[in-house]
Amino acid sequence: MTMVTTPTQIKEAAEAAPVSRPSAPSEMTKKIRHVAAITLPPLIGLIILLGLWELACQTKGAMLPPPSKVLADTKELILDPFFDNGGTDKGLFWHLSASLQRVAMGFSLSAVVGILLGMVIGQSQLAMRALDPIFQVLRTVPPLAWLPISLAAFKAADPSAIFVIFITSVWPIILNTAVGVRNIPQDYRNVAAVLRLSPVEFFAKIAMPASVPYIFTGLKIGIGLSWLAIVAAEMLIGGVGIGFFIWDAWNSSLMSEIILALVYVGLVGFALDRLITVIGKKVSG
Amino acid sequence: MSAYLSIDDVGITFQTEKGSFRALDHVNLKVDKGEFISIIGHSGCGKSTILNIVAGLLQATEGGVLLENREVDSPGPDRAVVFQNHSLLPWLSVYDNVALAVDKVHSKTKSKEERHAWIMHNLQLVRMDHAKDKRPGEISGGMKQRVGIARALAMEPKVLLLDEPFGALDALTRAHLQDSLLEIQRRLGNTVMMITHDVDEAVLLSDRIVMMSNGPAATIAQVLKVDLAHPRRRVELADDPTYNHYRAEVLRFLHGHAPASVAA
Ligand SMILES: Nc1ncnc2c1ncn2[C@@H]1O[C@H](COP(=O)(O)OP(=O)(O)O)[C@@H](O)[C@H]1O
Ligand SMILES: [Mg+2]
Repeated sequence: MTMVTTPTQIKEAAEAAPVSRPSAPSEMTKKIRHVAAITLPPLIGLIILLGLWELACQTKGAMLPPPSKVLADTKELILDPFFDNGGTDKGLFWHLSASLQRVAMGFSLSAVVGILLGMVIGQSQLAMRALDPIFQVLRTVPPLAWLPISLAAFKAADPSAIFVIFITSVWPIILNTAVGVRNIPQDYRNVAAVLRLSPVEFFAKIAMPASVPYIFTGLKIGIGLSWLAIVAAEMLIGGVGIGFFIWDAWNSSLMSEIILALVYVGLVGFALDRLITVIGKKVSG
Repeated sequence: MSAYLSIDDVGITFQTEKGSFRALDHVNLKVDKGEFISIIGHSGCGKSTILNIVAGLLQATEGGVLLENREVDSPGPDRAVVFQNHSLLPWLSVYDNVALAVDKVHSKTKSKEERHAWIMHNLQLVRMDHAKDKRPGEISGGMKQRVGIARALAMEPKVLLLDEPFGALDALTRAHLQDSLLEIQRRLGNTVMMITHDVDEAVLLSDRIVMMSNGPAATIAQVLKVDLAHPRRRVELADDPTYNHYRAEVLRFLHGHAPASVAA
């Protein structure tokens, strides 16, 4: 509180009810101003963008439906994301949730493998020299290029999709973790040496916490790649999933549904990114 | 009778990209149990290098270090180090930083309760028990250095090694910590090797002051025995002729051995 009010002052104020208050901004208006400063610019940006889109696509021969038409076409999909007519005819919630489950599995796997491998590689100058160029090459392979190999190896759609997520997202996690371990200050290594920490103790008590910021940089890149990979992979493997939903809509020429799905894909991707950031902040205290 | 800690004809040559660099040459020193030794010399002469060899963090190229007649060849908690920049782990609380050492070093000899008591005892020793739940980032430089000392003392080392422990602190904090360290060392009888570039610090704390020549191929040029009775109080010593004699002696040495780069 910025002002000190005695009980009598409050009483007086209550009695003199609608008299205007002093002009200094109260805590409340400050908060509102702060929220507005953060939310207003993107909101205005969005409105301008939608307005331009609306104008550009109003003409008859436009290739894309304007936002107003998208909204009208997909009203039912938006309002009822939970319907389930069996097979792949399900609400968007089910498609997104299927995709997210695949990402959860593939990404968890790549987080565990990536952090462990990154720790080991970062510890050893030789391993770093030997493997770094290979990883640098492999990490540039696009997600879908892994799919044929993956299908050949697993002979089933779901494990293949999960493998594609894993193999796409594991490289930045390995590389960033390794860099984190290499950047552990000599001071911390000296402390470990004087205490004669075993390699496992060093890993758990020094290397892991010291490289948390680097690990989370890797995880953040990794989760983004995972989401990219799954949407693409699902287009090819079919089944329930947001990628397949988009592909299915394309085959039925339902432009508005595709656009709606893209909006959801973007929002979920953004949410995943924020989630990792928040967890990272929590973990590093 | 052999010395408690003995540095025998130690030399070290670093292999660098620009060729080899002879840092230390024929360093010899014997330290008795319970003795407080300061090493003083100009920056870059090789003080940290000696300390790191005793700590086992660096390997001497020639010669070696014996502690209780055992060759020192790797780091260990019997030679605890207090580093200049405190080197506390920033993600651990003050308590947990000390606990990391205590749980490792005393895991076999002390029960869980005894270890907790021992951690608290050492934090009290440096008067940091009140901040036990704070992170290193939340306390001052002097407090961090106190915790670093508590962590080292808690290992019950045979030799306590301090590398310019108070170098980065303001004069008043430094004086406080010097007094604390002296008082603790007198009480516990630790064997201490401390690097410093502060003349008053060296004279006030030490039983002997080891003065080093400048590198390359630095070595021990002179050893000064400080015969001042304990307890030593800095205010009283300020006018003490013996104290000032020792002080002048060290100053004269440092002045006479100004590094070449300064003279040029
Ligand atoms: N690992 C190393 N490789 C090469 N040269 C080193 C290394 N460590 C120290 N030196 C050199 O050895 C000399 C002594 O260093 P140091 O012991 O840190 O000096 P001081 O602690 O007295 O300031 C310096 O010239 C320094 O550059
Ligand atoms: Mg040094």
